[in-house]
Amino acid sequence: MSILIDQNTKVIVQGITGRDGSFHAKQMKEYGTQVVGGVTPGKGGQDVEGIPVFNSVKEAKEATGANAAVIYVPAKFAKDAMLEDIANGIELIICITEGIPVLDMVEVKKALDKSKSRLIGPNCPGLISPGKSKIGIMPGHIHRPGNIGVVSRSGTLTYEVVFNLTTNGMGQTTCVGLGGDPIIGTRFVDVLKLFQDDPDTRGIVMVGEIGGGDEQTAAEFIKSYVKKPVVAFIAGRTAPAGKRMGHAGAIISSGDSTAEAKMQMLRDAGVNVIDFPDEIPQALAAKL
Amino acid sequence: MKIHEYQARNLFAQYGIPIAVGDVSNTVEGAKAIAAKTGYPVVIKAQVLVGGRGKAGGVKVVGNEKDLVAEFTRIKNLTIKGYAVEQLLVARAIDIKKEYYVAITIDNVKGDAVIIASAEGGVEIEETAKTSPEKILKFYMQGARTLDAARWSPVVQKLFPDARLQKSATDIIEKLVKLFFEKDCSLAEINPFVINGEGNLVAADAKVIIDDNALFRQPEVAALRDAKYDDADELEAKEKGLSFVKLEGTVGCIVNGAGLAMGTMDAVNLMGGKPANFLDVGGSSNPEKVLNALKIILRNKDVRVVLINIFGGITRCDDIAKGILTALKQIDIPVPLVIRLTGTNEKEAQDMLTAAGLNIFTSMRQAVVEAVRLANKENVHTH
Repeated sequence: MSILIDQNTKVIVQGITGRDGSFHAKQMKEYGTQVVGGVTPGKGGQDVEGIPVFNSVKEAKEATGANAAVIYVPAKFAKDAMLEDIANGIELIICITEGIPVLDMVEVKKALDKSKSRLIGPNCPGLISPGKSKIGIMPGHIHRPGNIGVVSRSGTLTYEVVFNLTTNGMGQTTCVGLGGDPIIGTRFVDVLKLFQDDPDTRGIVMVGEIGGGDEQTAAEFIKSYVKKPVVAFIAGRTAPAGKRMGHAGAIISSGDSTAEAKMQMLRDAGVNVIDFPDEIPQALAAKL
Repeated sequence: MKIHEYQARNLFAQYGIPIAVGDVSNTVEGAKAIAAKTGYPVVIKAQVLVGGRGKAGGVKVVGNEKDLVAEFTRIKNLTIKGYAVEQLLVARAIDIKKEYYVAITIDNVKGDAVIIASAEGGVEIEETAKTSPEKILKFYMQGARTLDAARWSPVVQKLFPDARLQKSATDIIEKLVKLFFEKDCSLAEINPFVINGEGNLVAADAKVIIDDNALFRQPEVAALRDAKYDDADELEAKEKGLSFVKLEGTVGCIVNGAGLAMGTMDAVNLMGGKPANFLDVGGSSNPEKVLNALKIILRNKDVRVVLINIFGGITRCDDIAKGILTALKQIDIPVPLVIRLTGTNEKEAQDMLTAAGLNIFTSMRQAVVEAVRLANKENVHTH
């Protein structure tokens, strides 16, 4: 089994006629994802790589039965794209777009809280259940089906971690990129719970970074709920305080948002916190 | 983006939030003219975008023109945390009867705007939050952009004893909330929010931070940027689509993705080296970006080796290789390059770079070890 997405997930691509949207729609389709449609207002009736384009999410959903949507539209249109998905009852929304104003996310968060939709991201690489479905921008070929769950705030650092898992014979149930923004739809605890409840996931890798308090909340949750082995890597031990390190959320603003503080809290929760990404497979193997 | 106190005061004035009369100046003559209008005593405040100006001697109350001239001149010559004082605010000193704290900001986990208020203003709110959290009131907006009167009145009643002040505070905080949402703030703070000698509420300080992601739709506020506080290299990097932060070490780093870029810095440190910078070339595959990244990094004369760590996803390794080869032709690279490329199109990239006589690593660990070895080597060729 996998979490959140599998071979039955039907996804529509918002912004499919744009540069990123069309490229990744093709990549996802080639991977085997059920990409059933695309949405670009005013371009309904066209097709991209054989994928039909619709004018609205409503039209696309009615015509295709899509239950997921992935967003590649520019930052200034991303709020409306997410609100449109929520209004039309799309169950899983994955927002890849980076640079969305915080107050736009406050509005989206309010709509989400009143709905049954789940949002992954924004400013994230998406998620993949290897061999079944890939929704996002990660290179599919480095993943293998297996029984390790991966959850991360980063993109390429996650690829590094997955690459090390795969080359050591450890496949993955699902890899989820949560996103680098301060306000995100799905957090560590949400995914940790799904992995703990997924019978096929035997071990969990968590990749965190400086800024915010989610790793601390995750540590408390792991202590009380997660029985499966968890190995963690936290990026940003050498980051200076007060500087934004690429991600809008990656900024040390107080003593407990440092990498060291997060690592300590995770260790206190029984998590094996490693120093170098290539140490993850061995650390996991020791606990499985 | 941070803006100066005097700029935040101007925003407050636009929204009708009461402030002490005054203005900003960079000359003694200008200061005298302001004080002549406001009347003495006045407070002189250094306009710097770093904290701790009070402790650094950048704030002073004076009662006459002679003291104004002396103190203005003294503060004008201060350097606070590395920044020269250029502009000084001169404002009528407020006869403070009591100090409060009020701010509106974002609670990221809740994804909601929150008003934070306390009857203990004038001090570091973080300190109050630690020592006596019960003295801090939080009011969540619950997604709304205006105060919900029914939920708000019990809060304001806790803060202020009499009905007149409750009404006045509510009126001012409504304006602050309006400013917060209309100007895409991530923080709008009044500390201290004071009761003056006449018994009226006034903002005795003004602090506003604007969400960087929203500057595209806030051209008026974006124009308030004081570029002096941005590192020139960091600004240039931003213009070129790179994310760059300068550090103190000797190992220059070029990486794709913010997380891997931080992970690479940490790895350099772990292996006994010191990273010279954070640099994320971003997700796209433009070879120009590698050239620009190298140019910016090599300007730092402490750099003894450049480590390029790429995990190709959307970024194609062959595009990065093209960028490296272009850079080798176009600019002088006086330090060794240690290159690790893996992921999308790695084979093509390796062939191109090997043909040019460059050695390529596929393991991040091996590349980091080699970069640190070269950086720490005695008598390494530097520029």
